[in-house]
Amino acid sequence: MAVDRRTVVKSMVASLFAAGAPAQSYEVPSSALPEKRFRIWDVHSHLGAMPGNTPEDRLELLIRHMDRLGIERVILSQGFEECEYHPSPEQVRIENDRVMRAVKRFPDRAYGSLYISPDNVDFCREEFDRCVRDGPMVSIGEIETDVRCNSPVFDPIVERAVALDVPIYQHTWTNSLGNGPGDSTPFDLVELARRHPQGKFVCMHTGGNWELGIRAIRDCKNIWAEIAGSDPTAGFTEMAVRELGPERIVYGSDVGGRSFGSQVGKVLGANISDEAKKMILGGNLRRLLQPVLRARGLAS
Amino acid sequence: MIDTNVHLFQWPFRRLSGDTPEELVAQLKHKGVRQAWAGSFEALFCRDVSGVNARLAAACSDQGEGFLVPFGVVNPKSPDWEEDLRRCQEDHRMPGIRLYPSYHRYPLTDSDFVKLLTLAASRRLIVQIALSMEDPRTQIPWMMAMPTDPGPLGPLVAKLPALKLVLLNGAHWAGNNEPDVVALCKAENVYFDMAKNEGIGGLEALLAATGPDRVVFGSHYPFFYFESALLKVRESDLTASQKTALTEGNAGRLLLNH
Repeated sequence: MAVDRRTVVKSMVASLFAAGAPAQSYEVPSSALPEKRFRIWDVHSHLGAMPGNTPEDRLELLIRHMDRLGIERVILSQGFEECEYHPSPEQVRIENDRVMRAVKRFPDRAYGSLYISPDNVDFCREEFDRCVRDGPMVSIGEIETDVRCNSPVFDPIVERAVALDVPIYQHTWTNSLGNGPGDSTPFDLVELARRHPQGKFVCMHTGGNWELGIRAIRDCKNIWAEIAGSDPTAGFTEMAVRELGPERIVYGSDVGGRSFGSQVGKVLGANISDEAKKMILGGNLRRLLQPVLRARGLAS
Repeated sequence: MIDTNVHLFQWPFRRLSGDTPEELVAQLKHKGVRQAWAGSFEALFCRDVSGVNARLAAACSDQGEGFLVPFGVVNPKSPDWEEDLRRCQEDHRMPGIRLYPSYHRYPLTDSDFVKLLTLAASRRLIVQIALSMEDPRTQIPWMMAMPTDPGPLGPLVAKLPALKLVLLNGAHWAGNNEPDVVALCKAENVYFDMAKNEGIGGLEALLAATGPDRVVFGSHYPFFYFESALLKVRESDLTASQKTALTEGNAGRLLLNH
């Protein structure tokens, strides 16, 4: 059969363009615009993988991106330099100082969160006291070190967190290719959370393999699921809402390695209620932080 | 908006919102898409790709002319694949094909693949290559499909100037200093979708590494949330004309000129 290729293609293109007309101007449909409907707080941001020589420069850049999506505030932690899974006390201190510098410049757009390497218990206590008890930081983590979080060395730092009622953000993955040195699993976090029923833990990435991670933490009510730092695979948020309830899910992005947009899209694109989206995009995080923010007279 | 990267039917490992053609079309239209280039999830594992392509073509036709544009699968490691290529163009009137080397298990140095690209170029078909479908870190461990190394395409596309190639679900183009990848990014006949492109300033970096007239909108819907691609564009610092080119102009021109 003779193929009239031009005719076929013309019919496809003609359905799009009037003769000679240019492509339509780009415009995001109003149904996809988040800023009018939600107060978005992001639990998971770093200052790595982006241009800028100083922490302040990089947070300023992040804020420009946040503004385009209506993101009100980020929780900022380590990662200005490439992630170090067994950091020295000096490296930890430098990272925490960078975060505090950036937050000091933009206090209305970011809160800082403590970086620690839990195997050095005495140093952890000192750093917690310096940055959280006596400093501006409002939470612990993202913890991403070569000590798995079910280790007893975590216990003293969790006890301090419980005493001040601050949440702990623990990096987790269940990697089909095998976990790396910085990875704890959601199962590890469940062990830790069961030892500390008064603690409040956020399961960062929900293990990456979220269909497993959601099930792993389902019965452990003091763990919240966090959705950052994986591809925006559809169904993640819906399953989490179905199995955990919207009150146990927290939005995060894992910028700068990820985009805000790809991760916010996991919530805005989910087939869940606006009320659930409101909780996930910021309401739940604000509730987690409320005791420490209230104690310090900070905005929530 | 033209979405160059959607799939019809069911993902093998999960039910997805939008995994019937009717629902997919309704969702895409609601989100502002005017045309979507569609492959079939059935292409990944079905050996009867002729049947896969016939069902894809029928489903696209059923949804009204011009909205879903079918891109059939050809597996160059399957017997008599040349007939599948012929049917895609001559029977189903497809403007292009979509390849899945990760699932059909051939490297881009494979001689049958090179022959397929050469034939497709001579037929003036657009060739889309899905470099990956799912992050290997989250795949079922006993059914892994690792991302395809695009490096061999660098020297290959230089020898096939008539070829129009679209690379889907690739990542880390910017900052990759591998000479073959750099050559690939700079080749005028190669286009890039942005479904897996990430990072602060990620789209700007992709345009800089490739070319503003060769990046096309791709969502990888319904496997990915469509909004993720849309909001990456909104988040970017691109100019209005760059956004228009990315979301519609570049793909429209590619389809018209292939």
